[in-house]
Amino acid sequence: MSSVATKAGPSERVGRPPAIPQFAGRPRYGEKVIRFVLRIAAILTVVITVGILIALIVPSLGFFSQVSVGEFLFGTRWAPRFAEASFGVIPLITATLWTTTIALLVAIPLGLGAAILLAEYASSKARKTLKPILEILAGVPTVVYGLFALQFVQATVLRDWLQLDTGAFSVLAAGLVMGVMIVPTIASISEDAMSAVPSALRQGSAALGANRMQTTMRVVFPAALSGIVAAIVLGISRAIGETMIVAIAAGSQARIVTGPLEQGQTMTGFIANAALGDSRVGSIEYDTLFAVGLLLFGITLIINAISIRFVRRFREAY
Amino acid sequence: MVSTQTLKASDLASSGRGERGVKSLVFMTLLWLSLVIAILFLMTLITNILLEGFARLTPALFTEYPASDPDRAGARPAILGSIWVIATTAVLTIPLGVAAAIHLEEFADKKRWHNRFIELNVQNLAAVPSIVYGLLALAFLSAIGVQDKNIVIGGAFALSLLILPVIIIATREAIRSVPEEIRQGSLALGASQWQTVWRNVLPSAVPGIATGSILALSRAIGEAAPLLLLGALVFVSFDPNGLLSGFSTMPIQIFNWTGRPQEGFHELAAATSIVLLVLLVVMNGIAIYIRNHFQTRW
Repeated sequence: MSSVATKAGPSERVGRPPAIPQFAGRPRYGEKVIRFVLRIAAILTVVITVGILIALIVPSLGFFSQVSVGEFLFGTRWAPRFAEASFGVIPLITATLWTTTIALLVAIPLGLGAAILLAEYASSKARKTLKPILEILAGVPTVVYGLFALQFVQATVLRDWLQLDTGAFSVLAAGLVMGVMIVPTIASISEDAMSAVPSALRQGSAALGANRMQTTMRVVFPAALSGIVAAIVLGISRAIGETMIVAIAAGSQARIVTGPLEQGQTMTGFIANAALGDSRVGSIEYDTLFAVGLLLFGITLIINAISIRFVRRFREAY
Repeated sequence: MVSTQTLKASDLASSGRGERGVKSLVFMTLLWLSLVIAILFLMTLITNILLEGFARLTPALFTEYPASDPDRAGARPAILGSIWVIATTAVLTIPLGVAAAIHLEEFADKKRWHNRFIELNVQNLAAVPSIVYGLLALAFLSAIGVQDKNIVIGGAFALSLLILPVIIIATREAIRSVPEEIRQGSLALGASQWQTVWRNVLPSAVPGIATGSILALSRAIGEAAPLLLLGALVFVSFDPNGLLSGFSTMPIQIFNWTGRPQEGFHELAAATSIVLLVLLVVMNGIAIYIRNHFQTRW
């Protein structure tokens, strides 16, 4: 009996029994109220999304009534607070691209390496100790990472030890530290994807004479690919949206970044820095914040949608 | 049977393609290396922060107010502010998140498009950059006519938006792990659906909900970006004393001191980081303790 009921889909499991008049209890109006309140709580999450859209779009409309969309997206000079103001977002985009790319160059190899090790090589005992240590990296506040990037990575490692020609800030220091921050995100989602690959595939591969490396790279990795892609895409989204590390260590001058040792202001870095100045509600400076925020939100929304789609695919695979 | 297998394995090994082949060993070394680099990085970070900040980890850090002289400055308002904001965030978010999760897990008909839409929406919200929530809070507070936005309830509002999806997802997982038989037993004894949820499902899910909520709050306590937008980077030289009181938090104070040129402020930033990290370790420790000692294994 119970097994039959358990097999039923989740929507049926607590379904209301058919209404038989002689068994119907007294009507419970209180419960109707409770259900209503619960429903409102769930709907509130949609209200938040709508709120984000309204909050970003309304000031952005004010912004785009003064600055054309083409000038914003393709302009190469970002100087919103100058007397001769200019609103080309390309410098912010180049800085974001540099920090994100550097972060991914660190996070993808380290994250996937750690994921393969934990999913395919480590004993369950080793996994139980190593995984929580790795997860600590995700729990360190980003402002602490920023402090470390500025004081240690930039000032001590890059300038004093490696004698690189760089100033007080660089996109390299911010990107490197951000990369390590993303490692647990990529590692844990990829590990889940690889652990979800049925062991029959591994056994089949081993039976054909493949060693563990061959099995991992040619059987498990391709089978888990959509989950791994989802992990990387989520990592990209986190790198683009990360604020405090770049606000502290990447610099605050919005110029087109042409090399990793230069400083640069990312989209998030601009929002954080501009928020420090006093912007009157309704002024062009205030609206600029939201226009950049809308661009940031749009980019991450598209990336997240891709990620969710990939996760769906890998969940359906087996 | 066994002997043939051993023979074949050794054949493969001698031809350099077995588990001990050069390629295999290089591959395994690289895997270990990636994990070791990540852990070494973490150890370097902690050592660096400890070396930098340990000397300033004095009672003065907890009793003094920010000052223009690094030797007399402390983080008292920031530490108290963090506690105020996190407590308010917890009160605002946990009931709401748990309620939404109960609706989605126990009452919502998942075949309906609007319920699937809510689920997708929660997933999406969890990945929205934190600074966007700051923009939302800023716009909302401006819209309702709040002049001074850097108040405890404003900061808690911004952080609540940020962690609400996290709490919903964690609570749903905790509710889902309660076995179906518990619900069926309760329903069979004549309990209504709500009585079943309230008296059977929720009590069993409490450890999972508590663990998830503490982890979400520990994310909020380290967050600075949304609070920056409310103008939290001001000189706060008083203890916060209510929901409408101005405040600073530890991450904001760290950010502030990091941006100053004097070395003394950098040491204070590192010392405050130690306090923040210790607080996070304690919160995570409590979460792990609850998970290990109270969670029922079905």
